[in-house]
Amino acid sequence: MQYSGEMPAMLPSLAIPAFTAASAMGTGLAAMREALHGRRGGLAPCDLPGMPEGIWVGRVPGLEEVVLPEALARYDCRNHRLAELGLRQDGFEAAVAEAAGRFGAHRVAVVLGTSTSGIAETEVAYARRDADGALPADFDFAHTHDLYALPRYVRARLGLRGPAVAISTACTSGARSFLEAQSMIVAGLCDAVVVGGVDTLCRMTLHGFNSLELLSKGACRPCAVDRDGISIGEAAGFALVMRVEDAAPGSLALLGAGASADGHHMSSPHPEGLGAISAMRAALAAAGDAPVDYVNLHGTGTRANDAMEGNAVRVLFGNGVPCSSTKGWTGHTLGASGALEAVIAAICVADGLVPGCLGVKEPDPGFGVDVAVANRALPVRRVLSNSFGFGGSNCALVIGQG
Amino acid sequence: MRCGIAGVGVLGPGLPGWEASRAVLAGEAPWEPGPVVLPPPAALPATERRRTSAAVRLALVVAAEAAAASGLAPDALETVFASSNGDGAVIGSILEALSTPGGAISPTQFHNSVHNAAAGYWGIAAGSHCASVSLGGHDDSFAIGLVQAVAAVVSRRVPVLFCAYDAPLTPPLDARRLTDAVFATALVLVPSDAGVVLSVEMAERAEASSAGDLAPLMAGNPAARALPLLQALAAGAAAQVGLPLVDGGAVVLGVEPC
Repeated sequence: MQYSGEMPAMLPSLAIPAFTAASAMGTGLAAMREALHGRRGGLAPCDLPGMPEGIWVGRVPGLEEVVLPEALARYDCRNHRLAELGLRQDGFEAAVAEAAGRFGAHRVAVVLGTSTSGIAETEVAYARRDADGALPADFDFAHTHDLYALPRYVRARLGLRGPAVAISTACTSGARSFLEAQSMIVAGLCDAVVVGGVDTLCRMTLHGFNSLELLSKGACRPCAVDRDGISIGEAAGFALVMRVEDAAPGSLALLGAGASADGHHMSSPHPEGLGAISAMRAALAAAGDAPVDYVNLHGTGTRANDAMEGNAVRVLFGNGVPCSSTKGWTGHTLGASGALEAVIAAICVADGLVPGCLGVKEPDPGFGVDVAVANRALPVRRVLSNSFGFGGSNCALVIGQG
Repeated sequence: MRCGIAGVGVLGPGLPGWEASRAVLAGEAPWEPGPVVLPPPAALPATERRRTSAAVRLALVVAAEAAAASGLAPDALETVFASSNGDGAVIGSILEALSTPGGAISPTQFHNSVHNAAAGYWGIAAGSHCASVSLGGHDDSFAIGLVQAVAAVVSRRVPVLFCAYDAPLTPPLDARRLTDAVFATALVLVPSDAGVVLSVEMAERAEASSAGDLAPLMAGNPAARALPLLQALAAGAAAQVGLPLVDGGAVVLGVEPC
């Protein structure tokens, strides 16, 4: 059969009545604000065992002390401890409970991104294999390593009964959760969705990026002319989304979202950033092509990715819109980064802040864009937030005043 | 939610493609499980082709079959890839390497370890710039993946290629996540009632549909939770399929031949 090829429908804005995050820059919105305004980053030399030598990471302090509720103890792992820490901040649980009370627990879905879930548990279990090579009896694959474990934990923790979805599109996972939520609400599957992403430091990721020779020897310096790679971080970012008419007037909103594939290479971006441009265009069009006041770059700090993104942003905006990466504060938090940076975008809108890249003396002049390297105070009504990942996955969100 | 099914692909033991498997799936011929051939994806450039693993080849075979059957251009399809295990062999190999002194791992294996590797290779093979999402869902991977794919079709009015695939893990992880055989299926879903109509709803509960003689395959591979739906499609009669979810609730599918 043939498909007639009608134009894809644009999805409506969603209200974001509640949001929070935990990362190396701080746990909860107040700590994040303080770090952003005070320009205090959270990157430090890596002190976790078994990691590559001489690197810096964005580690969340205190995770070792976080205790999951007893009924959910089988989910215990670093990733779910970080999820738990995030859920406790900024009244997020109460906001979700209010939505569940209003719509019904079965009408609130959980859609979360992660790249490696609780694989750190499997790494440890491999080191504890017995003489026959078998994994230890107390190792619980389904509730830790499995990707589905993250949304299952959060769904059970928040007492929700709507659909649970684990998104794993590498470093776009957290951003992509917002698009899936839009589709689900428009399709009538649910009335509200807990979206976001959680990823934690693990040996696979750090040794993996080390094998690609992409790790910085210090704190990463995205957009710097002499940038030398990524610092990996960990984060949990959460947002509650619902129809605009179901939220309090004036709530923050997801104004538009767009995604694309490079169809080019597994780990290198398209050199001219065609996929990135197309994802940004789709997000901007969905937001009604209203002007954006700040671009929060994916900006990981690698030579190739930052150059690609600089090119893509120049094609769309020239040097007319200030842009920066906040990964100098947090490191690259992989499958959580899109969600964490959506929360950072929310702070930028609320505070009228463009946070200049940390630790960058001279931005790469080759980009031809307005890279902020110091904080600027100006009206920020709408932020374009970019995420790009392995497998040629691209995602862009427009966050702003509804 | 309702959409049309414009193309189907399947590959598993004794199920060598949709047309070749219809009689078995319809219960008109015996199921004879045997080894599964996983050809390197011809549409990929040679360098990329060499890098594809069994799991990626499995996904791309059924995706290509469904896309071809739909008559739609492969590069015009958004994609949803669902898998419980992803590329378990690659992840197993990385876990082994991390256990050696120094812990050095292969860069190619690392970029192949992402859950969206199959989606990435599909995008390269199809030359597609369309949006793509990759999901994990343990034993719910097929059901939840299909829900997301149909939600994309219904909400954005776009054709979507949905692919569910799973391959066995390697020792010792395989003992903790049993997957007996390779299995994959793909559906091209379109925003119209032409062809076969598929309805998808969430429910409080549903009785689990059986795969009859193919029940061992369904029990041994998360993606093979698709079998009752494929059997209904092969039989060409109206049917309802119940897919209970691991933490309660269910997905209920309806098939209405036109």
